[in-house]
Amino acid sequence: MNTQYDARLDGEPPLLDQAEVLADLRQALPDMALLHREEDLRPFECDGLSAYRALPMLVALPETLAQVETLLKRCHALGVPVVTRGAGTGLSGGALPLAHGVLLVMSRFSRILEIDPDARTARVQPGVRNLAISEAAAPYGLYYAPDPSSQIACSIGGNVAENAGGVHCLKYGLTVHNVIKVEVLTIEGEHMTLGADALDAPGFDLLALFNGSEGMLGVVTEITVKLLPNPESAKVLMASFDDIEKAGDAVGAIIAAGIIPGGLEMMDNLAIRAAEDFIGAGYPVEAEAILLCELDGVEADVDDDCQTVRRVLEKAGATGIQQARDETERALFWAGRKNAFPAVGRMSPDYYCMDGTIPRRELARVLKGIGDLGEEYGLRVANVFHAGDGNMHPLILFDANQPGEFERAEALGSRILELCVEVGGTITGEHGVGREKIHQMCVQFTPCELATFRAAKAAFDPMELLNPGKNIPTPARCSEFRLTKSAGDAPAPTQAPKSHG
Amino acid sequence: MVTMNDTPSRDIINHDASEALAERIRRAEAEGSPLRIIGGDTKAFYGREVEGEALSTREHRGITEYDPVELIVSVRAGTPLRELESVLAANGQMLPCEPPHFGEEATVGGMIATGLSGPRRPWAGSVRDFVLGTRIITRQGSEQRFGGQVMKNVAGYDLSRLMVGAQGTLGLITEVSMKVLPLPAATRSLHLEMSLQEALEKLAEWGREPLPITAAAWLEGALHLRLEGGPSSVEATARRLGGDELLDGFWEALREQQLAFFGAESAHPLWRLSLPHHTPALELPGVSRESDVLYDWAGTQRWARSDASPEEIRAIASQAGGHATRWAGPGGAPQEAPFTPLAPVVEKYHRNLKTQLDPQGIFNPGRLYAAF
Repeated sequence: MNTQYDARLDGEPPLLDQAEVLADLRQALPDMALLHREEDLRPFECDGLSAYRALPMLVALPETLAQVETLLKRCHALGVPVVTRGAGTGLSGGALPLAHGVLLVMSRFSRILEIDPDARTARVQPGVRNLAISEAAAPYGLYYAPDPSSQIACSIGGNVAENAGGVHCLKYGLTVHNVIKVEVLTIEGEHMTLGADALDAPGFDLLALFNGSEGMLGVVTEITVKLLPNPESAKVLMASFDDIEKAGDAVGAIIAAGIIPGGLEMMDNLAIRAAEDFIGAGYPVEAEAILLCELDGVEADVDDDCQTVRRVLEKAGATGIQQARDETERALFWAGRKNAFPAVGRMSPDYYCMDGTIPRRELARVLKGIGDLGEEYGLRVANVFHAGDGNMHPLILFDANQPGEFERAEALGSRILELCVEVGGTITGEHGVGREKIHQMCVQFTPCELATFRAAKAAFDPMELLNPGKNIPTPARCSEFRLTKSAGDAPAPTQAPKSHG
Repeated sequence: MVTMNDTPSRDIINHDASEALAERIRRAEAEGSPLRIIGGDTKAFYGREVEGEALSTREHRGITEYDPVELIVSVRAGTPLRELESVLAANGQMLPCEPPHFGEEATVGGMIATGLSGPRRPWAGSVRDFVLGTRIITRQGSEQRFGGQVMKNVAGYDLSRLMVGAQGTLGLITEVSMKVLPLPAATRSLHLEMSLQEALEKLAEWGREPLPITAAAWLEGALHLRLEGGPSSVEATARRLGGDELLDGFWEALREQQLAFFGAESAHPLWRLSLPHHTPALELPGVSRESDVLYDWAGTQRWARSDASPEEIRAIASQAGGHATRWAGPGGAPQEAPFTPLAPVVEKYHRNLKTQLDPQGIFNPGRLYAAF
């Protein structure tokens, strides 16, 4: 079934054409960079999910808040949709442009406004890169905890929009746990502050609602995050297993021992070999699975915990346990994991990354299910897994140049997500629904629940101008999806896919 | 020997009353008649008076799912908080947000609805930080699930966390899934005599270090500190900081507002000031003695007795980057205007949200603010 914007299923587009909107915006915003020629629009046709592409009607690159405000007011008056984009690293097509909409690019808002070491906060503009916050806080012995794998490039505004995670979520939480305040512009161009510099704010927790709302409720223009003191010590243990189920059980056993690791990651054999081939991290290529377990905190506790975890891993049947000898080796162990996606990308012309989250106890069943489905669809799947919090990233390997392979990869991905829902999990742990998983929302939620989501949206954007067609499917789209599914017709894209890296 | 009542593993009454609750809500929606939601009725003081027919969640109780290794518990709203906590403790786990009970009958639903957290809040996180999913009965009388029973879930809007602190004004919370954590392996509590000024400076300094502090309150000329973590770090930190051992039960008494400070006879009303980290001592009108203010949460939650007008107190809190709540306290009566008024645009979107989710105003109308 078509994932492209479809007026019949996603809502009627405005009647204005590009020339009319361009003329209006130019008059209202003579100093703002506004792209309209096809060759200028082309670089913005996709985000990190490059299989989904669409040329925006216009690209706006504001530099001041006044420009953003005016832009939103004009778009609201004209009834023109606005899709907000940060660094464009998202993996679910959340910033996929609309042919009849303005792409609002926030990348020029890239200033760190204030680091307050005593209050342990950083106040930043939305275009600031995730890693840049920790770099700016480093002189004070502080850092920003959420660390998505794309942290070198992804922006904090995008992190808020997606409620981004990373490898340290189990202990340190997601973006929503680490953002204390945001400044927002509504679609009508009104300004509001959500959250506070204090630990709570009066009224509804709209800050929580805005985190992960995928740019559908407002435009975030400034963000204050919480900073944490650098742990005194961080040590990483790597355990090898000859059986992936044993590795999964070891994860539960570590937590049952009362230990919450800073990071707890699992990779299967295909992912291990890919990463080793790419990075040379010292991974055991014969192992069916490895676990990376990072323990951080006060030195004395970390040493105690390392001993405990070592005993637990031995008991769980690890065939080898290695503790990183120094900071260099620790960084190397993590480099293999953090580069697992591009590493897998070298093994196959294309890959497609999934993001389901499951209760950890279902791991063995789901991994077996993924293996069986892979065989059914004739595609290889590498598994990289935030084991501590149950967030799976199966990477489906395929070759888009082989006719039908992308369609098979997409259909396999859908089946994997449905399997995650079936065992009590969710279709997306940290990458967001975006455009990519719009149909699986119809599987995870009932029509009544989706109606409640739409009611929340209507409170902020009744004209549905902010990022329409993403995150929450319309009833028409779900009806059509259910009909298509019951007819046994696998969803297929309408355009030739390109790279999936 | 333990009596049955002290045995944490005793069977919890398990009963699903969701259909009866849904039926009652459908009737209220059809009649357009407001409901006043009640759990254990221990936190009625924390908000405005609600005119409406009582709807009790107490019959809807029991833990529906708890697998300690998953670190997640799912529990019905009417379950007594102490029952949930005793089951978690029997499995070596806890609710890290340390919610106050304010009475024997406090329920899980009341914890979620008010969103109040205890002394560990600045270090561990608030009630909403530990919410993973909820079941809510909407105005149509349908029970809906948001979030889930997994650690990470970004499918759809985060309506689960939105419910925390909304005091039942957006729908009836019937069940919640929460993240739980292991009980700390070691705990020490310290009493360090020092001035307020010194305590605030020390807390800012220690805040930049990875110390195992999980509670910090200044009152009666001393900083009261709790250390929790591995035995090695807790002992090392206690040796480094010195001071005297603090008596058992201090943190619970602080959390439940049973310290002498809260019971003191005073003609002045009590205020809760929520402030940013590293806010200095504030000049509050009507506060002459240092003992009129208790500094919890490392100074970010302050309890003050003052006869200044609400406008004056709120202006001072707002100037410092925070807000002030008129606090009647456990057993007190609902207030006319307990919470800081919202900025006009923010209020507009609160009203819009209420109108979208509860257009007839059947769920606890006016509980937070008169306008919705």
